[in-house]
Amino acid sequence: MKAVSANSIKKIFNVEKSTVTALQGLSFDVEQGELFGVIGPDGAGKTTLFRILTTLMLAQEGSAQVDGFDVVKDFKEIRKRIGYMPGRFSLYQDLTVEENLSFFATLFNTSISANYDLVKDIYEHIEPFKYRRAGALSGGMKQKLALCCALIHRPTVLFLDEPTTGVDAVSRQEFWELLKNLQKQGITILVSTPYMDEASLCNRVALLQEGKLLDIDSPEGIIKKFKKPLWAIRSTKMFRLLQDLKKMDNVESCFPFGQEHHVTFKEVLNISSLEKELTALGHRDLKMNQIQATIEDSFMELMK
Amino acid sequence: MFILFGMPIVQILIFGFALTNEVKDSRIAILDESKDEASEAIIHRLESSLYFDIEKNITQPQLVDAFREGTIKLAVVFPQKFSEQLEHTNAASIQLIADATDPNVATTLVNYASAIIYDSQNDLKGFKELPFKINTEMRMLYNPQMKGSYNFVPGVMAMVLMLVCAMMTSISIVKEKEMGTMEIILVSPIVPMRVIIAKMVPYFILSAVNIASILLLSVFVLDVPIHGSLLFLISECLLFTLTVLALGLFISTISGSQQVAMLISLMGLFLPTIMFSGFMFPIENMPVPLQVISNVVPAKWFYYIVKNVMIKGLGFQFVWKETLVLSGMMLFLMAVSIKKFKVRLE
Repeated sequence: MKAVSANSIKKIFNVEKSTVTALQGLSFDVEQGELFGVIGPDGAGKTTLFRILTTLMLAQEGSAQVDGFDVVKDFKEIRKRIGYMPGRFSLYQDLTVEENLSFFATLFNTSISANYDLVKDIYEHIEPFKYRRAGALSGGMKQKLALCCALIHRPTVLFLDEPTTGVDAVSRQEFWELLKNLQKQGITILVSTPYMDEASLCNRVALLQEGKLLDIDSPEGIIKKFKKPLWAIRSTKMFRLLQDLKKMDNVESCFPFGQEHHVTFKEVLNISSLEKELTALGHRDLKMNQIQATIEDSFMELMK
Repeated sequence: MFILFGMPIVQILIFGFALTNEVKDSRIAILDESKDEASEAIIHRLESSLYFDIEKNITQPQLVDAFREGTIKLAVVFPQKFSEQLEHTNAASIQLIADATDPNVATTLVNYASAIIYDSQNDLKGFKELPFKINTEMRMLYNPQMKGSYNFVPGVMAMVLMLVCAMMTSISIVKEKEMGTMEIILVSPIVPMRVIIAKMVPYFILSAVNIASILLLSVFVLDVPIHGSLLFLISECLLFTLTVLALGLFISTISGSQQVAMLISLMGLFLPTIMFSGFMFPIENMPVPLQVISNVVPAKWFYYIVKNVMIKGLGFQFVWKETLVLSGMMLFLMAVSIKKFKVRLE
């Protein structure tokens, strides 16, 4: 039995008088015990997909099963056994950390002590603040508390909708380590994120763009599919460099990528002639290196 | 938009035409124990007045019941041998008995009736030479001191409960939707019934405290006595509380934001409570369509019950119909709220 399986899920929203297709027939499976990432930019349909899988919304077409139960017919069963952490902080802001946790434990007919071993690692981080109101916590702390609350009933499948958005880099890393630990306890985890660098931390990722699945594979598998040699180019005038590169006939694609531009070429590259050409256009301090592609490069390639 | 522009129009029309403190077509009863020339003449005068809707040929026991049930507001009682007395002593008295649970209406009615009786002395001039005098003896039933608080305590009770219960509960579920907590609550084994009941309990307790403080204040500070059974009065109050809580929850389940819920409960509940409960404006004087509308306002039934139990001291057999209406409203609203409660986000 798959932990999650979706079959051509389609979701259309009626906005005012027009319609927006949020999901255009998605199909995928998530294995038991997998850490599965749904990666895509804002507006790709990640939240809608999660809401359909957590039984909060109904898809117009297609079907889905979570833990072997149908999301429409057996929604009550699913609600008993999954953990869900929405993208927006959704705990009671005016309750304290401890009160929130015991509230959610009671909601699922269990107690904090019954499943404390599962949340112990995470709860220890926020325990010093247990008498503080949830609304007064920092972003990273809020997410840890929300994760505790989603775990307190020992769910079989955990849905985390953008848990690291708006969280600082250190907390993000900590959070992913916590997820890895949870995975070891046998919990299937579906996590969505707009950050491409987090993709490499998942077992498998689904790349989502405008409601369509671009690819599903392990992070290594996705990178392997990127066959062309990739070059990182720097100069002193980065913006002009981007424009100049885009004008060149041999350049297939060129994207700004942090401090560098990532460029692929149509034909095998003659470095020295390119360097000459760019120097002639007035670029100084040129640095060109062939590099290993990342998930983001693959994503850009797939998006074309 | 409709609320912004429509509301003032509706209100000015309602206040202008329908809600008046004036007395018109009030039901009064006449107990004529002499049935002679003089009394007939006065009755005829009263009948021709537009203010009154007269019930004749009533007997003494019927009169008592009519006051209890609130079907009449005023009774004019002619003593035996009215003409004879007038003839021999040049003076006679007529008794005016008014239902003073609403002192304003009672005073107005008694004044109108006295004025008509005074006028009718001219008709009787041919009958007997001057000087003679017809006295009117007033009796204010249920509220001999004509205290305004007898009227407004039940009204305020209805209003406070409406405010606390309906307005507060109406935002309670919407608030969860707005804060996003509903999203997380839904993905849990909890059933709609439990959410609804959990939302009612705290406001029910709050309301119980409010009822207690209003009753204590009215008895010990305002000197409004509780004539009926205290236990019965409190249980009727709690019934009304539940009805209003159900109403608030119903608003909460159908409205999309806290603002909308607030507006609906303010415009849709608070104003009708003031206008249609009968506490500010007598319902009998309204045009028929508004009288019909007033039937769906829970406060109207509650006001009637409290007035009868607290001020008149009546028991269950006199207010069972109203109690039944309130119970029906509560069950209906609860059922609709639970049914309307969305188990999904859309």
